[in-house]
Amino acid sequence: MNTRNYSRGKLTDKVFKYTALTFTLFALAILVILLVDIFSKGLARINWDFFRNLPSRHANRSGIMTAMAGMLSLLFFTIIIALPIGILAGVYLQEYGKKNRFASFIEINIANLAGVPSVIYGILGLTLFVRILHMGNSLIAGAFTLALLIMPIIIVATREAIKAVPNSLREASYGMGATKWQTTSKVVIPSALGGILTGIILAISRAIGETAPLLVIGALVYVPFIPEGPNDQFTTLPIQIFNWTSRPQADFIINAAAGIIVLLLITFLLNGIAIYIRNKWYKKIKY
Amino acid sequence: MYKLEAKNANLWYGKKQALKDISIGVEANSVTAFIGPSGCGKSTLLRCFNRMNDLIEDTKIRGEFLLDKENIYTDMDIYELRKRIGMVFQKPNPFPKSIFDNVAYGLRIIGEKNKTVIRDKVELSLKHSALWDEVSGILNKSALSLSGGQQQRLCIARTLAIDPTVVLMDEPASALDPISSAKIEDLIYELKKEFTIVIVTHNMQQAARVSNKTAFFYLGELIEFDDTKKMFTNPQNERTQNYVTGRFG
Repeated sequence: MNTRNYSRGKLTDKVFKYTALTFTLFALAILVILLVDIFSKGLARINWDFFRNLPSRHANRSGIMTAMAGMLSLLFFTIIIALPIGILAGVYLQEYGKKNRFASFIEINIANLAGVPSVIYGILGLTLFVRILHMGNSLIAGAFTLALLIMPIIIVATREAIKAVPNSLREASYGMGATKWQTTSKVVIPSALGGILTGIILAISRAIGETAPLLVIGALVYVPFIPEGPNDQFTTLPIQIFNWTSRPQADFIINAAAGIIVLLLITFLLNGIAIYIRNKWYKKIKY
Repeated sequence: MYKLEAKNANLWYGKKQALKDISIGVEANSVTAFIGPSGCGKSTLLRCFNRMNDLIEDTKIRGEFLLDKENIYTDMDIYELRKRIGMVFQKPNPFPKSIFDNVAYGLRIIGEKNKTVIRDKVELSLKHSALWDEVSGILNKSALSLSGGQQQRLCIARTLAIDPTVVLMDEPASALDPISSAKIEDLIYELKKEFTIVIVTHNMQQAARVSNKTAFFYLGELIEFDDTKKMFTNPQNERTQNYVTGRFG
């Protein structure tokens, strides 16, 4: 009886292992097919002009100059808005806030916010920033909307990083007569910096890929110029790609593929940096 | 006159009473060892003297704690107190900074800006803690690259750098190998010339070797407090006798 159970257990083990492997390979195969498709279509299109050209009616003269410029300025303003608020909120909640029911209520809500579909943020941005605050479909309205979107991610990452700082370091600092502020600013935050940075970069790479909220607040416009200030209209790379894929001409589809390659590389690079920092930091902080 | 004194000290963590009516006096420039089984209150009492228990929520403290006859809880600023009573913890806990910055930390938080002053003090403290010869060439390296024993001596140097008069040590050698442990003991022997040292330890031999006086705690009470020699050769209380001879604990 026992041996039968045992060999059945071994069989289940094998079946599970190979089923899991099949599904993993399946997911990988789809990714490879997508990548091969995109690269075979778009790679040849990428050249210096593709980065330098403004959008145009002619597919072969179109470029991603405005989209890249729009995206970078959008990120710049988004970071300026989201970073201080997100980090300070995270530090407050973890290091200063009392651990009571209200705190756990806030905690749950922030975690929920991180999971809200991004298009909802778009609708909020449209109502609040574009209409009520009369920002119009400008760069700054987009930046505020994206800032709202990535703020929960930054807050959660900051809290986790601070939570990982061993309490013995705080005790060492207090034990030498340091105040709470000195302990937080000179010991806790520097020790948590790697984790905070990782969170920030992941948040940025999320913001780069976002299309839906920006479509809602009206960024899908033909923008033949580079934004010069926060009140200018703008477009971004994912929107430019979206725009091109909706065109009937095959040449624009190729442009879209080339744009996707650029976007993929940027996200890949950012995530790579994030992983690098995280690994380095974990080695440093290990006790 | 006692350097450090507790009078009728009681302490509760929530509903649990961790210290029961403890009165004890520590003389200047001596080493006093607190011994006793786990949970007997020795670390808790130690942490009362530099108010580290304030960091734990739901702690209630009654009684008097005195440093040079001044009340620790009412007569002085908590930050000032912790500069006068330094602490070394069980596990080495250097900051993830350079060796130099670790020792300079205490000076920087009191606002010392003069680089020469800081550098001299760092060197002096590292010499004090018998670490200078090993690290003088690598002051800019991360403190975490040091061995456990070196890290603990670095933590002692860090504490000494702000000129405390009392140094509290909470099982400073329990996480270290015997050789590093012996170095810490030698260091304690040297340091008592200038500092008043209170050490919590689980190691009987260590208590017997380094301390002038020993206090034995059991279940939150001070059972016996006397000269170390007497405590280990001719204790008055049966429980002390049993504990120091290793029959329980």
